[in-house]
Amino acid sequence: MLDRIQKAQNLCRAACKQLARQINIMEVCGTHTVSIFRNGIRATLPKELKLLSGPGCPVCVTEQGYIDIVLQLADRDDCLIATYGDMIRVPGKNSSLERKQSKANVKVVLSSEDALQLAKDNPEKTVVFVAVGFETTAPSTAVVVKEAAQQDVDNFCILSGHKLVTPAMRALLSAKNDKIDAFLCPGHVSVIIGYGAFAEIVEDFNRPCVVAGFGPLQIMEGLGEICRQLASGKAELKSMYDAVVTKEGNIAAQKIVAECFDAADGYWRGLGKIDKSTLKLKEKYSRFDAFTRFKINETPSEEKTGCRCGEVLCGLIEPPECGLFDKNCTPQEPVGPCMVSSEGACAAWFKYGRERAH
Amino acid sequence: MTEAKNDRILLAHGGGGQLTDDLIRRHILPSLNNEILSELGDSAKLNVASKSLCFTTDSYVVKPLFFNGGDIGKLAVCGTINDLAVAGSRPVALSLSLIIEDGFEFKLLDRILASIGETARENNVNIITGDTKTVEAGAADGIFINTAGIGVKLTGADMGFDKIAAGDKIIINGTIGDHGMTIISQREDIKFQSQMQSDCAPLAGLTCELLENTNGIKFMRDPTRGGLAASLNEISRTSRLSIEIREVDIPIKPVVQAAADMLGFDVLTIANEGKFIAIVSPESVDDCLRICKNHPLGKQAKVIGEVCRSSDVPLVELITQIGGKRIVQMPYGRELPRIC
Amino acid sequence: MCLAIPARIVELDGDRAVVDAMGNRWKAKTTLLPEAKLGDLVLIHAGFAISLVDEEEAQKTWQLISEINEFQDTPDKISG
Repeated sequence: MLDRIQKAQNLCRAACKQLARQINIMEVCGTHTVSIFRNGIRATLPKELKLLSGPGCPVCVTEQGYIDIVLQLADRDDCLIATYGDMIRVPGKNSSLERKQSKANVKVVLSSEDALQLAKDNPEKTVVFVAVGFETTAPSTAVVVKEAAQQDVDNFCILSGHKLVTPAMRALLSAKNDKIDAFLCPGHVSVIIGYGAFAEIVEDFNRPCVVAGFGPLQIMEGLGEICRQLASGKAELKSMYDAVVTKEGNIAAQKIVAECFDAADGYWRGLGKIDKSTLKLKEKYSRFDAFTRFKINETPSEEKTGCRCGEVLCGLIEPPECGLFDKNCTPQEPVGPCMVSSEGACAAWFKYGRERAH
Repeated sequence: MTEAKNDRILLAHGGGGQLTDDLIRRHILPSLNNEILSELGDSAKLNVASKSLCFTTDSYVVKPLFFNGGDIGKLAVCGTINDLAVAGSRPVALSLSLIIEDGFEFKLLDRILASIGETARENNVNIITGDTKTVEAGAADGIFINTAGIGVKLTGADMGFDKIAAGDKIIINGTIGDHGMTIISQREDIKFQSQMQSDCAPLAGLTCELLENTNGIKFMRDPTRGGLAASLNEISRTSRLSIEIREVDIPIKPVVQAAADMLGFDVLTIANEGKFIAIVSPESVDDCLRICKNHPLGKQAKVIGEVCRSSDVPLVELITQIGGKRIVQMPYGRELPRIC
Repeated sequence: MCLAIPARIVELDGDRAVVDAMGNRWKAKTTLLPEAKLGDLVLIHAGFAISLVDEEEAQKTWQLISEINEFQDTPDKISG
């Protein structure tokens, strides 16, 4: 195995030498961000190869408006909030779900099924499932919405914050950051949508797109393949994650998402409005839509002063370049979601990074 | 009072009257019986021929009370014994304070007391004084326990932060993450079946053997809350030296790693209750490993890293399995399971 | 974004499964993977099986650290 790592490193070095400039590779998956840090991968790469953390942490790209809606609902005595652990510490305007946990109406769940069960076990409350995540997680939300409909679990609803990856990649390349040379594509999103989904990025923007899993060997080999392509001057679509990724993806999962959701325009922190980039429950399931049930609209709210999460998410700056990093904004006292989300670039940098902005 | 009424703790059991007496004589003494305790004095008298004692205390609020590999009782004894052990002392006596909820079942209390008695006896330690209080239902998660312990410092055990030097090696006596992940697997909100077991165990036998038969041990610590990450950071910060550990050398059971991977936890930050790290001189590594591996609690002992000079800010760094490097930070204190 | 680990299906009743990952047993649904059978190695994410795992590829993808350990764990090696 170690020789495979060597091989990948050689490909990276060769590309840097050949192109004789900085190479910027963006990884679009919070789980990649964390894994790259946990495995100390940056330390093994040539310094001309820069890894940018993109908008792949679904919590980080969630607009503050959404978070504030969740907090408002958490304040209601007739509601139980069911959420994945990632969301608990994300700060809203004044508070976070963690602070509200003492009210005992905020429950951390590991699966959407747990949220549905919570509704069945608490018929006198309305359970709001904080449905955040990319294409990997959306199918599991769709399954429980269908089950809720079939089983008439009327006190269950979801607040959909699901987002789609390829529209964000397009938005990045079109407007915000044209310095991106290639993408390391998310392995588990690809399990659902198929690696073929990234073909449009390769074709329309001529950037290598390589899908990789999350172990260090996968990431190294993914980077090596990207560098091989960059050195050859030819952008291609490739998957290194044959263990679980196919070109077409999981059709059953795609179908169930299409049954329950429509792609809608939505706001991404740092990227602004992106067309057809979020999932909204279809009309026929509107009774399970918390936005409809509680008559709320998500409006983009202002960033907290000094917070540069948006630029971090676009890969425009690295966390230590933000004036708040490690000063006013730390994992104990986070200002923006990039610091508190376990997959946020700022949190990863703080926890694992070599340089600290002292 | 009838037998039927006596299957649960009542508030009156903490009142100091007949019911308290009943509780002590019928439930506590039989499990912990020893000469000093049976006197039921307000204070216990100890004859200890030593000028140097170690004294420690800890409270135990673990939930659930009973878990694979142990229970709150065993934990309460091991935890305090281990604090005495890594300080370089031989544990001699413990105190035991119980805070019990109204309505707590006697059969559970008896199990816990039996566990306490058994663990203490196995380690030649007596519970010589104690206290019992009762509180309203819901105020104590069933039962809270505090133990304090006294140990006699081993002659020749000369450990301290100031003894640690660059070049010293770091040894751990076995796998990490077992206790914390087991507890997490049995928490109400996450509960899943697992082969994992808490590693809860009393280490004094092994630590005393090490300290009495080698002379290069500079420092010891038991990585409980916050795991290996917290302990190494504390040591690094106080000694003002950097620490480098190697991922490939850290023993972790595959079942523990898989559970941590599923929930998004970093095993380095997970609590251990039967482990210690020893910082030892390079010359004494072989002897220390030999002694550990010959002891039931040290069979998987390993050198996991070493102490290094620090350039400016002392850091704990991990060499990853692919030869990368990353910093190991002090954990936040409440790791949450993540999905996304 | 997507924590998912490989696990083997050890019980299956309709779309309700129990999966085993190195000795941990979790409940999981196979609603998104109707072709899953008892004994299959699958990828579990947020309580759902989302893909079958090719066992041969899995060896190549997930076994790094254990291989390194085997290499380093020679019987007479005492000092680290």
